[in-house]
Amino acid sequence: MTVEAPVQTKPIVEVVGLKKLFPISRGLFRAPNEFVHAVDGIDFEIAPGESLGLVGESGCGKSTTGRMLVKLLDPSDGKIQLNDGDYERDIANVPRSGIKEFRSRVQMIFQDPYESMNPRRTVFDTISEPLAVQKVGTIPEREERVLELLGLVGLTPPQNFLFRYPHELSGGQRQRVAIARALVMNPRFVVADEPTSMLDVSIRISIMELMTELGDRLGVSYLYITHDLAVARYMCDRIAVMYLGKIVEIGPTEQILANPQHPYTRALLSAVPIPDPKVKRTPVEIKGGISKAINPPPECRFIQRCPFAAQVCWENPHPEMFQVGEQHHAACYRIGEI
Amino acid sequence: MATKETTHRSDTDPSHEDDGAVVFDELVRGGDVRSEPLWRIRLRLFRRSFAKNWGLYRESKMGIVGLVIIAFFGVMAVAHPILLSTVWDPVVYDPVSGYDAVVNEFTIVEDGAVVDELSEIELTQARFDLNPMVSVGDVVRIPVQPAPPSFEGENVHVLGTDPQGRDIFSQLLYGARAAFLLGFVAAFTTVFIATTVGSVAAYYGGRIDGFLMRTADLILLMPLLPLLIVMSAVVQINMVMLGIMIGVLLGFGGDAIVLKSQALSIKVKAYIDAARVAGGGDRHIIFRHIVPNVVPLSLLYMMFGVTTAIALEATLSFLGLLNIQMSWGIMINKASTEGYLLSGTSYWWLLFPAGLAVSFLAFGFFVVGRGMDEVINPRLRAR
Amino acid sequence: MTLSLEDLQARRVDRNQPLLEVDDLVMHYRIKAGEVSAVDNLSFTIHQGEAVGLVGESGCGKTSAALSLLRLLPANAEYLSGQVRLNGEDLLQLSEEAMRKRRWKEIAMVFQGAMNSWNPVYRVGDQIREVLDTHFRGQMDIEEQTAHIERLFAAVGLPREMVDRFPHEFSGGMRQRAVIAMALACSPGLIIADEPTTALDVIVQDQILRELKRIQTEMGMSILYISHDIAVIAEVTDSLGVMYAGKLVEYGPTAEVFARPRHPYAYLLLRSTPSITGPRRQLAPLAGEPPDLLNPPSGCRFHPRCPFATEQCSVEEPPLAEISGGHRVACWNYEDVPELEAELVR
Repeated sequence: MTVEAPVQTKPIVEVVGLKKLFPISRGLFRAPNEFVHAVDGIDFEIAPGESLGLVGESGCGKSTTGRMLVKLLDPSDGKIQLNDGDYERDIANVPRSGIKEFRSRVQMIFQDPYESMNPRRTVFDTISEPLAVQKVGTIPEREERVLELLGLVGLTPPQNFLFRYPHELSGGQRQRVAIARALVMNPRFVVADEPTSMLDVSIRISIMELMTELGDRLGVSYLYITHDLAVARYMCDRIAVMYLGKIVEIGPTEQILANPQHPYTRALLSAVPIPDPKVKRTPVEIKGGISKAINPPPECRFIQRCPFAAQVCWENPHPEMFQVGEQHHAACYRIGEI
Repeated sequence: MATKETTHRSDTDPSHEDDGAVVFDELVRGGDVRSEPLWRIRLRLFRRSFAKNWGLYRESKMGIVGLVIIAFFGVMAVAHPILLSTVWDPVVYDPVSGYDAVVNEFTIVEDGAVVDELSEIELTQARFDLNPMVSVGDVVRIPVQPAPPSFEGENVHVLGTDPQGRDIFSQLLYGARAAFLLGFVAAFTTVFIATTVGSVAAYYGGRIDGFLMRTADLILLMPLLPLLIVMSAVVQINMVMLGIMIGVLLGFGGDAIVLKSQALSIKVKAYIDAARVAGGGDRHIIFRHIVPNVVPLSLLYMMFGVTTAIALEATLSFLGLLNIQMSWGIMINKASTEGYLLSGTSYWWLLFPAGLAVSFLAFGFFVVGRGMDEVINPRLRAR
Repeated sequence: MTLSLEDLQARRVDRNQPLLEVDDLVMHYRIKAGEVSAVDNLSFTIHQGEAVGLVGESGCGKTSAALSLLRLLPANAEYLSGQVRLNGEDLLQLSEEAMRKRRWKEIAMVFQGAMNSWNPVYRVGDQIREVLDTHFRGQMDIEEQTAHIERLFAAVGLPREMVDRFPHEFSGGMRQRAVIAMALACSPGLIIADEPTTALDVIVQDQILRELKRIQTEMGMSILYISHDIAVIAEVTDSLGVMYAGKLVEYGPTAEVFARPRHPYAYLLLRSTPSITGPRRQLAPLAGEPPDLLNPPSGCRFHPRCPFATEQCSVEEPPLAEISGGHRVACWNYEDVPELEAELVR
């Protein structure tokens, strides 16, 4: 079923100043005064049909961001504007009555193929769950739709998969079911949270190709969350690099890979192993390890570990995003000098 | 970032369970989804998975023994009304109101010279009980209650009669019915309450969880037996009431805590998030996702609940606290109140059948529970 | 007695001398349903001071192979044939007692997920002390042990103060370093590292791998890396073996295997690995699933998924044959396997 992608010039998702703070309680009766700044004021946009990669190490806030975008978590502050045709709303503040409609437009693909399907429900139950919960279609109509999707994700012949249980499927097959479920309501925007990191290497490619192909065909935009830069390069048009709750660099994928501006991005890229022994890489040494952003001081988040930290960095708050190229921004005071 | 396929399934796992992979044509006649109603397909799926679980269950010898025991008592329970309406004369064999006098011949002997209690009687006692005119050497006929098992005479008493002349065997069979009734009322109530409480507490957390768990703690603190004793003074407790009471106490108590922790472990799984993202509300998630995954464990605890219920009833009846007419506990109670408890083996038929029945049936349910444990908890299975 | 790391460093390393020779190892697991052929005809050699890699996806037998070398397999595992010679001595013939003496002293292992298996109620230093007590009972007093543990920590880049801390006070990367320190405790000649960096963030992974490389060169140790991550293997190993369904399908110097993989599976594996450098080459998916080792396919175990398979492949199993200096392939049609850079014809 090919859907005409709506011709839309507005970005499908606009995130402004998004924050998520988790309180650390300090006792039974005292109000918490310490917060983990999991996501600390991030901005980005995703154009229709585009795939934006959200990249970073563990604890950087990428998963939290993804969960806020599908409203599994409520943001502490900020705006998430969803522009889907005639539906234009700040979904950070959607009332309870509006949630069901929202859920038909934004979906999620989860990381763990083994845990993201209820082991007692069949493939049909799982894929048709959005339809069942939103009371869409009759049962025979739902069966038709599920069969259609099974064919779309490459589980053929679809009839043979309709009533299987998860334990009868391999990891790759389960992720295909997960993709089918995400697409069953024809959403325009899908958040994919590390969908291939738990699959074998040789299976990953087929799943990624499937997602790209379906994205093109059905006009779906992706927020692709991953820690694997090589995967992000393969899947994403643009990348946003996160560190301790902030986006430190954002721009077209090839540009960032070729010309990383932020010291963290450089360190990250230089640490990725290359599957070619002829290529020698020089890792950028940064000290220390990742910590949690608990009541962080106002300076640049990266200052403790940055090999280029200078006076200007200590005297100023966490830097804004400065433009470094066409659509390429980095949050560092010393761009151009280093 | 671990590739779960690498770390989760080690090299000892030979792929995934491929056996039983569903062939569509078997499930849906004619291969056309639209021609077959969904419920029928689900029924077939259910039968298939039940058969698979049964195969697993069969491997546990304990489980089979348990089932045999339960079946045995089940036959007993079913046989009772059949026998009463066909072969047995209710006047004689009714477990509560039947009466049969087994009359034995007794020879009167000198005081203190009684050798065989069942065929000789002292002079003074004979004159006192029957006829002041009798004398040593006379043969008198006296009804014996309780009578030992006998196969002669008009009425066969396979296990003898009780102090009131009622047939023990009939009582035993009737007791089986009572035990099953009690067991299932208690078990069903427990499962229903504990599953709901556990799932709701786990899902909502916060104050609801706090309230339910404090209630459970309170109930756990209270010793079951003394509580029931006190309640029996306030309320007339019959079998069904007892079942419900046990069910409520177990359901809100320890079982709820265990099932809540199971529900919690399910609540954090990714498929719950997936259900929420699909648009599922609280009710959908609790009843379509959490409860079905908690139910296997609750069935397990249900078995143990039956065991508790049967044992408790026997105890309470023995203490004379229940308002029921006949059960195994009542049988033992009768033996006790009539003074035969410490008689050793001379009046064995008053105690052992009932006592053994309680023990065996409770054991049977327990062992079935253990057998189910291996099916439900895959880690217990031998590879 | 004092164990000094300087002794290790003075160890003379002869790159041509074999340290561990695996010769036609065959091992299976016995389960209720039958026998799972986990390792079949595994043969390779680790030389002194060499870093060797075993690469493959889940279920290929690499972890089983590693455990076989140390005879740490579960009770239902059976060795069917083959030898594992350490400095010429067949480990499989030794008694359990003799094997125990060799374990950790000659060969040590960093297990998969070991960083998470520190006992949380004991200090890390004490847990390493336990290792020293086991192997050097009565030969080291407390101060000597402490000094040795501190030297181990220094060798893996951990600060001395952490010796008396509990595992929860270590970060993930630090715990992994501590595991490596524990493996070094008895100065073994060979360390087997099973997925040593899989659960770590990329920057920490880089640090750990460099640390391991440094230890290896400074101490003249051999390391056997086991991983599903081809990029990691490419960077740290001198030679590598590719495993599939319990068999070694290709083996050779790392540079050579990566430059021109000869086995179809190795080729497709490299072809399906995205990289942040180089051309955004067309990536090739691999169809199908790994086989069930309870009933492995006839002939070559890869033939059902192989785009280059011929009839012979389903009937006859190809031997691991040498095609050029040190480079061995188990394939009848290896010459059909194209160059990596060639355009994929779908």
